[in-house]
Amino acid sequence: MRDVVITGIGLVSSAGEGLEPHVAALTGQAAPHVDTERFAPYPVHPAVALDWDRQIAKKSDQRQMEAWQKLGCYAAGLALEAAGAKEDAALKNRMHLIVSAGGGERDYAVDGQILTGLRQAENPGVFLNERLMGDLRPTLFLAQLSNLLAGNISIVHGVTGASRTFMGEESSGVDAIRVARERIASGQNDIFLVGGAYNAERPDVILIYEMGGFLWKKPYLPVRERTHEGGGMILGSGACFMVLESREHAESRGAKALATVAGVTSDRGRRAPGSVGKALRAQAETLGARPDVVISGATGVKGITEDEQAALTELAPTAAIHATGDVVGHTMEAQAPIGVALAAALIAEGRAGEALVTSVGHWRGEGAVRLTKAP
Amino acid sequence: MALRDKQGRPLVAVTGMGTVTSLGQGKDDTWAALTAGKSGIRRISRFPTEGLRTTIAGTIDSVEVEPFCAPMLSERLAMLAAEEAVGQAGLPEGDFPGALFIAVPPVEMEWPQREALAKASGENGDVTYKDLLKAAASGEFKPWHDLFIFGTVADRVADRFGTRGSPISLSTACSSGATAIQLGVEAIRRGETDAALCIGTDGSVNPESLIRFSLLSALSTQNENPEGASKPFSKNRDGFVMGEGGAALVLENAESAKARGAKILGYVLGCGEKGDGFHRTRSSPDGTPIIAAIKAGLDDAGVSPDDIDYINAHGTSTPENDKMESMGCMAVFGERMKDVPISSNKSMIGHTLTAAGAVEAVMSLLTIAQGRIPPTINHAVPDPSIPLDVVPNVARDATVNYVLSNSFGFGGQNTCLVFGAEPK
Repeated sequence: MRDVVITGIGLVSSAGEGLEPHVAALTGQAAPHVDTERFAPYPVHPAVALDWDRQIAKKSDQRQMEAWQKLGCYAAGLALEAAGAKEDAALKNRMHLIVSAGGGERDYAVDGQILTGLRQAENPGVFLNERLMGDLRPTLFLAQLSNLLAGNISIVHGVTGASRTFMGEESSGVDAIRVARERIASGQNDIFLVGGAYNAERPDVILIYEMGGFLWKKPYLPVRERTHEGGGMILGSGACFMVLESREHAESRGAKALATVAGVTSDRGRRAPGSVGKALRAQAETLGARPDVVISGATGVKGITEDEQAALTELAPTAAIHATGDVVGHTMEAQAPIGVALAAALIAEGRAGEALVTSVGHWRGEGAVRLTKAP
Repeated sequence: MALRDKQGRPLVAVTGMGTVTSLGQGKDDTWAALTAGKSGIRRISRFPTEGLRTTIAGTIDSVEVEPFCAPMLSERLAMLAAEEAVGQAGLPEGDFPGALFIAVPPVEMEWPQREALAKASGENGDVTYKDLLKAAASGEFKPWHDLFIFGTVADRVADRFGTRGSPISLSTACSSGATAIQLGVEAIRRGETDAALCIGTDGSVNPESLIRFSLLSALSTQNENPEGASKPFSKNRDGFVMGEGGAALVLENAESAKARGAKILGYVLGCGEKGDGFHRTRSSPDGTPIIAAIKAGLDDAGVSPDDIDYINAHGTSTPENDKMESMGCMAVFGERMKDVPISSNKSMIGHTLTAAGAVEAVMSLLTIAQGRIPPTINHAVPDPSIPLDVVPNVARDATVNYVLSNSFGFGGQNTCLVFGAEPK
């Protein structure tokens, strides 16, 4: 099996753009950026303002995308740049792409008007047809389709090996990294762009998680401190893409490796008290994890957050344990990629020798990624 | 016979198949209707169609779910197809010895649910998302969180069949079904698993989904005669017709399949794919990515264009797809393409979107097993720019050993699979 290394990271979130502000926030040098007003009573971590032109050159492309796609496309451009691949058309033509994504946003004003009108409509079905036909922007669909983040990356950045989009909330982020890693390790492919994007500044996603009772509605607290008061997650906007390739491939093109992706595990099981901790202990063992730093994907949801914390303290008693959520909020499909990026940055800076990144889905799915120093 | 391919990888056998389409429940019913040239396209009766440009679809109206919505119907179709496939494979119910790869339509809350939230909010003036959120906070709508998140269909299928590991829910738009199979093939070849349950499912004929495609001018508007609307490769084709369907394939490492005495129905010999960065909904005008995907599939299978006996076309009946697919096939197969039968199941089933690649994989394998090629129906006005043998209107007996199945999708997705009776 071949070693799989990370050679480029593109990261944007509420904490800023690039690795530096994220590592600063992770190590407590910067406070998390939270917006408590815009969607009150639901705090969100809003994405920083970005100059889209820097990574999405054409305004016509920007107009075709909604925020989640623009964030993803922007981060993908940063990753390609960092990996020294951005100007290499031939390399990008054979670079594969795996994206973890949900779906796109809605036209909230149109939705509200339709719901208002439906109440009085003589024939609600016909009213709905007429309003949707008249009021939906034709291109909105393309900003909603899950696989169109990948499509936009292909168009904007010319990454056209072939793309696959994984869905399924937090697990999709771990599985994207897992499958890319296995394809590289087995020799099937040499180089991938992998990652995800999430826009939390959307009433429709807040609505889904509020229906389930998963959201934190009190003044900001770090992930682990929320469980004493009922627990809950604070959604965050962000995107992270990484260039993964075989060590040989990176060496042959003179690309510097930040860290090695030594192993990825991902599983699901029926949730019960203690099940999350049990799953993580088993996965850490499978991975042979001896981390000196842990980047936890904990959500802050009561029960699973404490369960994970107990397991981490037990399996890595001397490790520093950070929560990605304390830096960027909960970015759902992008959470595992962001955790891996943070871990790789710490390793690349020599602040850690080995890291374990966890992903514990707010509702289902547990995963872990082991990173080690690049050879 | 060696149980590894020319590249030394485990051969991937198909040991179970299931489908449900607008033509029937179960692969035998679908196959019988398909080879009889019957159409499953009908007038939509599920919701009012006044004010719509397209009022027809290949809906599956015989399956009832509650609440009626795309994820529930998609889940049910996946379950039905998988029950048939796992049953045929003779694998234990509820203890599937491998991974799940499932192509599911992107889901979101639908209008009946939004309306219910709006009503529960008690707001009598202008409704906004603030009101919906107020209703959501009551906790009365908790089950809808699970229902409308992206991983749920896969999770329930995984529970029902006892598949191993983290199930992969995926989308590559209209090539998703083929990608689910490709992921299964790759996992078996890598030795991660000896079996994979690969599913494509789509039950999303609802007002908003239909209108979204309609606004992109992707759908046929020839509503007068629903059964005649989907006419792939015809000069008067004017768009695709949405269809619903589910299909499942049990893939196994041929060696372990033989060891347990399973009946091998055929092989997935190769998978090819290529991205296209030209446009969100259109292919590169020179067809390069389509050509590359077909070639990659043939190469991966270790076969040459001359080995292919039949092409199961993507054949959506849109002006763009059929032109580009035809051009791509002619480029790869050369002069011989005039004599290679190529037909589109979508002329009868409609375009089952996320499920299409999996539905057509099952039909491709049945074509091999039955020695009969399903036709492209509604072929009355040939397109002179598509000089192909589209098996017009009537099924045809033929010896078919190797099939190429094409799937293409929005977002530059091109996936091609090669199936065989036996490895080459």
